[in-house]
Amino acid sequence: MEITDELIDHIAHLSRLSFDGVERVNIKKDMENMISFMGQLSEIDTEGVEPLVFMSTEFNVLREDIPLTSMSHEEALLNAPKKDTDYFRIPKVLSK
Amino acid sequence: MTSIRDSYEAVIGLEVHAQMLTKSKAYSSDINEYGARPNTHVSSITLGHPGTLPKMNKKTIEFAIKLGLALNCKIASHQHFARKNYFYPDLPKGYQITQDTTPICTGGFVDVKLEDGVVKRIGITRIHMEEDAGKSIHDVDVYDTLVDLNRAGTPLLEIVTEPDMRSADEAYAYLTEIRQLVRYLDICDGNMEEGSLRCDANISVRKKGAEAFGTKVEVKNMNSIRNVHRAISHEIDRQIEVLETGGALSQETRSFDAASGTTSSMRTKEAANDYRYFPEPDLAPLFVSQEQIEAVKQEMPVLPKELFEKYTTELKLSDYDANILIITKAFALYFEEVIAQTKNYKGAANWMIGEVRSYLNQQGKDIEDFPLEPKSIAELVNLIDSGKISHSAASQGLFPEMIAFPEVHPEELANKLNLIQDSDEDSIKGFIQTVIEQNASEVLRYQSGEKQLVGFFMGQLMKASKGKADPKAANKLMREMLDNAK
Repeated sequence: MEITDELIDHIAHLSRLSFDGVERVNIKKDMENMISFMGQLSEIDTEGVEPLVFMSTEFNVLREDIPLTSMSHEEALLNAPKKDTDYFRIPKVLSK
Repeated sequence: MTSIRDSYEAVIGLEVHAQMLTKSKAYSSDINEYGARPNTHVSSITLGHPGTLPKMNKKTIEFAIKLGLALNCKIASHQHFARKNYFYPDLPKGYQITQDTTPICTGGFVDVKLEDGVVKRIGITRIHMEEDAGKSIHDVDVYDTLVDLNRAGTPLLEIVTEPDMRSADEAYAYLTEIRQLVRYLDICDGNMEEGSLRCDANISVRKKGAEAFGTKVEVKNMNSIRNVHRAISHEIDRQIEVLETGGALSQETRSFDAASGTTSSMRTKEAANDYRYFPEPDLAPLFVSQEQIEAVKQEMPVLPKELFEKYTTELKLSDYDANILIITKAFALYFEEVIAQTKNYKGAANWMIGEVRSYLNQQGKDIEDFPLEPKSIAELVNLIDSGKISHSAASQGLFPEMIAFPEVHPEELANKLNLIQDSDEDSIKGFIQTVIEQNASEVLRYQSGEKQLVGFFMGQLMKASKGKADPKAANKLMREMLDNAK
């Protein structure tokens, strides 16, 4: 798999990050290394092997529909960098 | 324009999100409730704190199976969840837990009745379980967006149709059907204004007879069934106009503005693989057994369609009456109790659709708040049927009094109000004899052919009996006695 500048830009956008200049060159190199390392896996013959999705053999790990308050309003807002008495406050994400 | 418009057909598919009426959220135990103080129904799971693990609410599976069965779907035995990744402030984890490749229900259908009586079958592609995001409020503060995470993690059922609808009317009928169904099933309150039932529409147009689909546009932000209809109508017109004026449509998401009745572009669709779905490793896979499906089947409530069948075929009521009786489950169940206690189904239906419904409308109440027991309505119908009270006396005199004194037996009330009518033949005959004696010249005119005078005699009779003679019995006796009067 080839790591192109377009791919870097695309992934950066999805992650809300941006890379320019030397940063972009470095991240591209890192990603190429990672992809080629993982690429070793494709040398294994997986013909006829079902994909393994879950490591555990458990299923239907469920809970009853019983409501429970585990955290107070104040606790919930405690670590927020910006807040008021009711809400988390964040920079405007939608301009009209 | 009419003829140009007629050369196109619209292709519409709907995605409905229904918030489930569970007590707690989908993957955490926070209270699931609308309208609470912001950020009070949250937990470390909902807030996406590191190291927390979701745990699935059992009830959501039962609700999904219920809806799947009601929509004739196949229920998947093996399922797992997926992460749908995107960055947005009201999604603290950075991904939504949803079902991607293994939706719980697939391949169903629903038959909806259109205004002209035609039945249209709409295919259900899939129903899957997922969670709602929180709420971002953009228009309160000048500088900041406010985030309330009470809604984050609310269990949702997403119902996706095939692109089977061809008009705004069909979409309207489908949504009405779905809303009625989720309410009958008690799995969602169906309140579009509060957002507990939401609808996105995928709309495209193509020349009639064309095989290929046109460019699809997704329309959002319609908070009532009527607005879904308005948005689709407008969007169909807009697309045809763009194409007819030589323009090209782009695949995009548009927002409906209720004030202007138009749609405007929100964003162009990013590539489909942007969400980078992958299996959710924190939730164990699900296995739904045939026994479990059977158990839900046993507990299915009666559905509007079944009641409609019963009312129109068994009880011989009109389609119109049946449709009104089944509008809400509570109203239909009330009627069911009434007809368990009277055999006059048409009479009972008339009372429900007439007096009871207009009382509720006037008072702005639901049937749940109606002061009278179904038994009382049945007794009222029976009182009229047995001739003890006239329909008008029941409707104008007794019914309001029953509402004022719901604990008193209707017949006792009627007695007290002096509304019990006289259907005793001898006593009615006595009144008729008096009327005949006092109006000798009219009797002669009647006998020489002016049969319409019977109305005059009935009026006199009612006066003489102070309105208490049973008109049905009296009318028959009156004619006999007039014919034989000397």
